[in-house]
Amino acid sequence: MTDKARSTKLACRNVWKVFGEGAERAFAKPVQRSLEARLAALRDGGHVPAVADVSFDVAEGECLVIMGLSGSGKSTLVRCLSRLVEPTSGEVIFEGRDLMRLSRRELTEVRRHKMGMVFQAFGLLPHLTVLENVAFPLQVQGVGEAERRKRALEMVGLVGLAGREDAYPRQLSGGQQQRVGIARSLAVGPDLWFLDEPFSALDPLIRKQMQDEFLRLQRTLRKTIVFITHDFLEALKIADRVVIMRDGRVVQIGRPADLVLNPADEYVARFVADVPLLRVITAGDVEEPVGGACAAHGGVSRSTPIEALLARLADVAAVPITEDGALVGQVTSAGVMKAVAAASARADRGWTVERA
Amino acid sequence: MSVLDIGRGEAAPMRLRLEPAAVVWICVALLILWCETAGGGVAALHAFPKAWTLPIATWIGDAVAALIGPTQGFFRQITAALTLPLSALQAVLGGAPWVITTAVAVLLAFRAKGARLAAFTAAVAAYVLVGGYWAPTMNTLAAVALATPIAVLIGFGLGVIGYRHAAARHGILVLLDLMQTVPTFAYLIPILVLFGFGPVVGIIASAIYAIGPMANNTMLGLAQVPLAVREAGEMSGCTRRQLFWRVEFPSARSQLLVGVNQTVMAVFAMVIIAAVIGGADDIGFRVLQTMRQAQFGQGLLSGLVIALLAIVIDRTTAGFAAASRAPVRRLSSRTLTVIACALAALYVAAWLQPALDAFPTEWTYSPAEALNRWLLAFVARFGDVMIAIKNSAIFFLMLPLRIGLIKAVSPFGWGFTLTPAMIAGYWAVATIAAGAALLFGGRWRAAFAILGVAWMLFLGTTGVAWPGFVAVVAALAWQVGGARLGAFALAAMAFIAFSGSWGDAMQSLYLCALAVVICVAVGGALGVWAAENDHVSACLRPVLDTLQTIPQFVLLIPVLMLFQVGEFTALIAIVMYAIVPPIRYVEHGVRNVSPEVVEASRQMGCSRLQILRHVKLPMALPSIMLGLNQTILAALSMLAIAALVGTQGLAQAIYVALSKADVGKGLVAGLSIALIAMLSDRMLKAWSRRAQEALGS
Repeated sequence: MTDKARSTKLACRNVWKVFGEGAERAFAKPVQRSLEARLAALRDGGHVPAVADVSFDVAEGECLVIMGLSGSGKSTLVRCLSRLVEPTSGEVIFEGRDLMRLSRRELTEVRRHKMGMVFQAFGLLPHLTVLENVAFPLQVQGVGEAERRKRALEMVGLVGLAGREDAYPRQLSGGQQQRVGIARSLAVGPDLWFLDEPFSALDPLIRKQMQDEFLRLQRTLRKTIVFITHDFLEALKIADRVVIMRDGRVVQIGRPADLVLNPADEYVARFVADVPLLRVITAGDVEEPVGGACAAHGGVSRSTPIEALLARLADVAAVPITEDGALVGQVTSAGVMKAVAAASARADRGWTVERA
Repeated sequence: MSVLDIGRGEAAPMRLRLEPAAVVWICVALLILWCETAGGGVAALHAFPKAWTLPIATWIGDAVAALIGPTQGFFRQITAALTLPLSALQAVLGGAPWVITTAVAVLLAFRAKGARLAAFTAAVAAYVLVGGYWAPTMNTLAAVALATPIAVLIGFGLGVIGYRHAAARHGILVLLDLMQTVPTFAYLIPILVLFGFGPVVGIIASAIYAIGPMANNTMLGLAQVPLAVREAGEMSGCTRRQLFWRVEFPSARSQLLVGVNQTVMAVFAMVIIAAVIGGADDIGFRVLQTMRQAQFGQGLLSGLVIALLAIVIDRTTAGFAAASRAPVRRLSSRTLTVIACALAALYVAAWLQPALDAFPTEWTYSPAEALNRWLLAFVARFGDVMIAIKNSAIFFLMLPLRIGLIKAVSPFGWGFTLTPAMIAGYWAVATIAAGAALLFGGRWRAAFAILGVAWMLFLGTTGVAWPGFVAVVAALAWQVGGARLGAFALAAMAFIAFSGSWGDAMQSLYLCALAVVICVAVGGALGVWAAENDHVSACLRPVLDTLQTIPQFVLLIPVLMLFQVGEFTALIAIVMYAIVPPIRYVEHGVRNVSPEVVEASRQMGCSRLQILRHVKLPMALPSIMLGLNQTILAALSMLAIAALVGTQGLAQAIYVALSKADVGKGLVAGLSIALIAMLSDRMLKAWSRRAQEALGS
């Protein structure tokens, strides 16, 4: 992973969103207590802290997935990042500028040129055709007709809807509508791409297909992405890092394998309990120092999933890990077994706690 | 739940527990008992004492007069400003060759809803032309064409303000509520005083009247724009203005067009009614004139013009509203050119051939005389039957409800007088029925209801002691809607009583109550039948559509022909209009009961009747309540129009005030009706909500 080498694109610092009448005032009261006490005080006052003291960074070109059950505040959080919902407090720093300090006009400019968003419910304009929908963000910023059409056609082609340009949203299936939503969000060439449960409203098979297409798009576009989902398998598939939320708070941030191998608490452990472990952990996660005679020949990279090594591990004791041709470590069957055993023991504990 | 909860355990001691609601009702019953017996001799308990009334009507009259002084100039200027566009529209519509007007109407109908409506429109145009109603029809259409855009623009503006600002929304909703419930004639009076007489005043009244539906639909449509669509617009970088005009407005378009459709229909109905204040030679005036002169043939023929026009306008505008939900089919420029050329050719033809320009009078034909002769023959043949029907309804239904059995049972109508033994028997039967409901069913609410109805029937709405009536209504309101609704009920009745309208209100109440009971009984049965039988439903639908579309005024004509002036005629007219909602709502409610539940009960072996009785009707209750609510509102609004054929009470008071341009009296009576309407609306909605909650949905 080269995360550290990349610059931070979007940073969110102590963001709060409290709903309810007089929430601003209730929130502004002096705080000397813990986060827990503060949340309890807000709830007692009839307020709903949907997002509580959330901080994280998103690096350029990174795909950050925000995950949680419904009601955990993830949709509100992503709206705070674009100020579709006005945060109660905190900073959202995008390319070095605090979005909270922007005027409405400046914010509109940022949205016009730098941000794109895909919605769970699609949010297509019913009175416009596919092409007009995709061209809409260009139209509102005053791009000329010919240029608009060219860019929109390009985007429609990119999401595989060529030939349906003149259809109206209601004539399309759910999957097709979301393709239009994706094309529209990409039309202005945004740097930052928000996707709010984009595939949750779709059938399982279509969802899988759309996820694959999303990965294909991302491989060529390399956008900075904040992706919301409640499906951990979806998160595994696409995330560089995952933020797990519960009741408005961040429970854990890490690579998918980190969450599986070292869940911060039982909530996370239960989330990841059904995960196909061998697909998540990589050679790097179970890396051991090289012992004895192990040749660099046939070495794999650290990011190789263990699943891909199973056949080899059945035959040989150790598979070498190489970096730029140099031997750096090895994967052994015993090491893999240990990791699996630890994870399943944790999952068992999770169950007993829940039953008790 | 039973009023007395008696512990039946062997060891447990006897326990008596009274629900608080039952305590209230026992108090109400005791109050009534005292009023009708011990206080029986006190006149102040029966007729609300004149000495207690306040000169509210005079106050309002003075206030309006004070307001008019400085502002009248302004209002009269509006009148003057509208005169020019009205005459221009009349000149254009009246002057255009009939072939052109007809062709445009037919094309619009075709575009809106296809060939059938186009053919119907052509037939209506032919009827209007041949019947000789072209000129007044064009005048009416000119008025509609002027009032509609005004109403649409103001209504849209109000709707947008209401949607944007939560604070303003509340005020706007109250205003719209008042405008919907104050009878039309009542607010014709201040408009008359402010804007003066003449055809333009009718247009202003129509425009104001029709603001409501547009404002309501605008708020509804904008509120219904999905959040995701709005957020997508914001994320696309829309400015506020772009967000409104490019995202919210087009997304709400269908609902806005529904608003336009309802606005046109409201304008049309009001333009017809505005004929009462006179001025223009339009179709409403023709109908009114023929009705006043008892020329029923002519009245029927011109009334038919109104009904047919209403159907064409409604279906055409509704067609455009519905079409906007489907993908837009834009007309190609070639089609447009062809149409334009065809219209130009027609115009040239009309210029060359005068018969195509102005419809020749020798081509017109009116069967009015034949119709009149036929009608006379019909009355001569069936007059006895008609009178018999009317009289029995009056003696056995209307009078008992109005003045009570105690006065209505007379040798003249019934052939005997009530003896003390009969009275004792009547009360014994009522008491036994109530007691049976209490003891065997444990249903104390039913017991009180039985006693209440017996009381009402015995003394009539105008005969019952007013403190008792006030107590019953207030207790009902309190029970269904809590303390606030109870207080509103008290305030509303206080206004009616202290403004001196109590007697009138009770006169109106009896007529409306009777009409509502008939509507619910007949309409409810038809609704159930229609829900269970697709053929019945299909047969009823066009009838209901027509009854709902045509202006209320037209309904009076055939009833008036058959039964002459009087309250019975008014009753039938009200029933004809107010029977639509119970049929519609009952059918809708019964049909929409979840099929899983019906399937489950069928599987358990319920017969069709059992399913209806135990499953469908209870589950449809919230919808049925809403239907009852709409029935009452419809009855009250028709009551105001029915004043034209002779009623007593509030509506008549308004009509009289209108002829004298007495703003104070008219508004007091109008507000009284509005308060009754609002009170019953709040009570039934609260009740429906409770029923809905009880069903857990």
